[in-house]
Amino acid sequence: MNESLHLWLVPLLPFAGFLINGILGRRMPKALVTTVALLAPLASFAVVINAARAGATLPYIETFRHSWINAGTLHIDYSFVLDQLSLVMLLVVTGIGFLIHIYSAGYMAHDEGYARYFSYLNLFLFFMTVLVLAGNALLMFVGWEGVGLASYLLIGFWFQKPSAASAGMKAFVVNRIGDFGFLIGMFLLLGNFNSLSFNVIAAELAVKPAWTGGVLTAIALCLLVGATGKSAQLPLYVWLPDAMEGPTPVSALIHAATMVTAGVYMIARTHFLFDRSPFALLIVAIVGAATAIFAATVALVQTDIKRVLAYSTVSQLGYMFLGCGVAAYSAGIFHLMTHAFFKALLFLSAGSVIHGLGGEQDLRKMGGLRRHMPITFWTMTVSVFTIAGFPPLAAFFSKDAILYAAFLHGTSGKIFWFIGLVTALLTSFYMFRLWYLTFLGERRAGASSLEDHGAPVHARSGSKLVLEAEYPAHESPWSMLGPLVILAVLSIGGGWIGIERFAAYLAPSVGAASVEAGSAGLEWTLAGLAVAAALLGWFIAHRLYKSRPETPGHLAASMSGPYNLLLHKYWIDELYGAVIVKPILAISRFVLEWIIDVAILGGAAWLLGGIATLGGAILQRWQSGNLRSYAAWLTAGAAVLLLYVLWAYSPASLSAFFNHGAGH
Amino acid sequence: MIPISWYLLLSAALFCLGVVGFLIKRNLITVFMSIELMLNGVNLSFVAFAHQWHLVKGQIFVFFVMVVAAAEAAVGLAIIIAVFRARSTLAVDRIDLMKL
Repeated sequence: MNESLHLWLVPLLPFAGFLINGILGRRMPKALVTTVALLAPLASFAVVINAARAGATLPYIETFRHSWINAGTLHIDYSFVLDQLSLVMLLVVTGIGFLIHIYSAGYMAHDEGYARYFSYLNLFLFFMTVLVLAGNALLMFVGWEGVGLASYLLIGFWFQKPSAASAGMKAFVVNRIGDFGFLIGMFLLLGNFNSLSFNVIAAELAVKPAWTGGVLTAIALCLLVGATGKSAQLPLYVWLPDAMEGPTPVSALIHAATMVTAGVYMIARTHFLFDRSPFALLIVAIVGAATAIFAATVALVQTDIKRVLAYSTVSQLGYMFLGCGVAAYSAGIFHLMTHAFFKALLFLSAGSVIHGLGGEQDLRKMGGLRRHMPITFWTMTVSVFTIAGFPPLAAFFSKDAILYAAFLHGTSGKIFWFIGLVTALLTSFYMFRLWYLTFLGERRAGASSLEDHGAPVHARSGSKLVLEAEYPAHESPWSMLGPLVILAVLSIGGGWIGIERFAAYLAPSVGAASVEAGSAGLEWTLAGLAVAAALLGWFIAHRLYKSRPETPGHLAASMSGPYNLLLHKYWIDELYGAVIVKPILAISRFVLEWIIDVAILGGAAWLLGGIATLGGAILQRWQSGNLRSYAAWLTAGAAVLLLYVLWAYSPASLSAFFNHGAGH
Repeated sequence: MIPISWYLLLSAALFCLGVVGFLIKRNLITVFMSIELMLNGVNLSFVAFAHQWHLVKGQIFVFFVMVVAAAEAAVGLAIIIAVFRARSTLAVDRIDLMKL
């Protein structure tokens, strides 16, 4: 028997932080807000570490005494499950969550909504840990919706900005579409298994090894729809790039490291369903591969530093889906973990750049920041080399694990592998492009705007003081740099566990990868090819943005068709707008104006008014206004009542009375 | 001892006087007094029955009726005064503003 691990504390502590900062935050001194906000994830992290060190036999299940739903044969408990999968995920969520909380304390220091920001961030951690720990699909759905809410609140954090407010709404609405799939999947699960508990379903499937395809495919595909919504895969990825309207630490935590990986986590969590449906797995792989290369191509030409990273996130999530789709769940989760490290690092470094430049996000106006922000430069360099896939950095191992698993996955796997390889090349290119544009070369920021302000143009070659004045880049405070350095270390070393050990550790949760046996030689060849692709991407980026900075412009001009296609993100937003949003808006407007307003409300008002007028016309004749006629009616009524009572209670006496009277 | 029927006859007579006055009098104050007469006619039968059956309930009812009558008198007289101030008449068939 295990001693209690007190898993319930993991979500509850951030929730307490949310309540305290949400209710009292405005009246509390800033230092206290910070303390509360940082202690909550730290304490959660400590509980998780304690659980990890306790050496309890996994899976460890914590069920609360009172069940949640008890209806007929349906029983749903509040149950938390700690197994290898949720432990890895929890460590990532609370650990990186804590780092990003620290970073936020620096990044958001000058914001008016400081307490509100941290209460939302803690709320997010609460729901995310619920999602991860949930032992049944419904509880997971609660966390799933909750992180969606937190994401909505944080994307629209600067709600005075219309673009931020609408981006939040967009994220929420697009996620609803995915949630619809998740819900249908849950109903199907209930109908076929009469349970939503992951353990129960897995156990039932285990005793029916012949049960494949059919309804299981339907369930898996429905869950996949949910996952594509949350994890920003084709065709529901559109909300994630817009989500960059939120504060950068939020982009790092929610829209890169943790929440958007929930879809991958969900697929790994329900892998026993996907394993029974080769078709659903194939679809997962196709969605993943298509998203990976699609988003990577869009990222090539974006000029907003955060949008490049957003598309990169979509692309990397595609990798994870690809990993899950070839049944290499542990490889997918491995990449999820390393991605959490290096993408958080990328975003936080970008945030440091944006912070240092006073809110500038346009790559074309950066450049030469290396001298001004040395530490940020180095952390960014680490993350760029990591995501490009250079050994021995973390993503090299995880990306290779996925590509290797894909290559071994039959004939279709070769295609997926090739797509993954091309994506790796593109990834390397656009990351180095970002790196060159931001940190190297000469600064390009508003030379013209300087002249507007009357600053001397020759100041560029002048003293350092003048330089600082004209180009107000400054290195960020240590509260921001500290997390960057820690994440840089993780990005470097996070992959050294190795996929074999990681997969072996995760095997009890997600099953051993059932790939055909490959050879070490093949693995080295594939790794070599991936590194070659990364080097090629670097080389091209170097040629275009370092050696000859004027070429990209010429290139864009000579290939304006494809360039514009990419710049406008394949016009997907416009397409959705024309095909889905506009018709729905038109229909809603029609329904609202003509059916609801005119027909129902107008009709009801007209009908009621008519009845009242008609009734009034009839009844007004009774209202003579003459007091004595009222009195006469009153008396007559009383007399009738009296007679009725007499008749009802004693008919004999009534007739006797009348007969007697008549007799006289 | 006086038989109860005498009391009831007196009560009925008072009540009918009230009804007739209520219906035919023109002066609002008289109409009002007729209502009081009806109430007191009923009160009399209550008391008579209470005496007959040795039950206190009837007498308690009388008190209730008297309380209501007192309240009614207060409100009613106030209304009558207001009406008189506004219309300079107490003839009920002239007070017909509510007619359409």
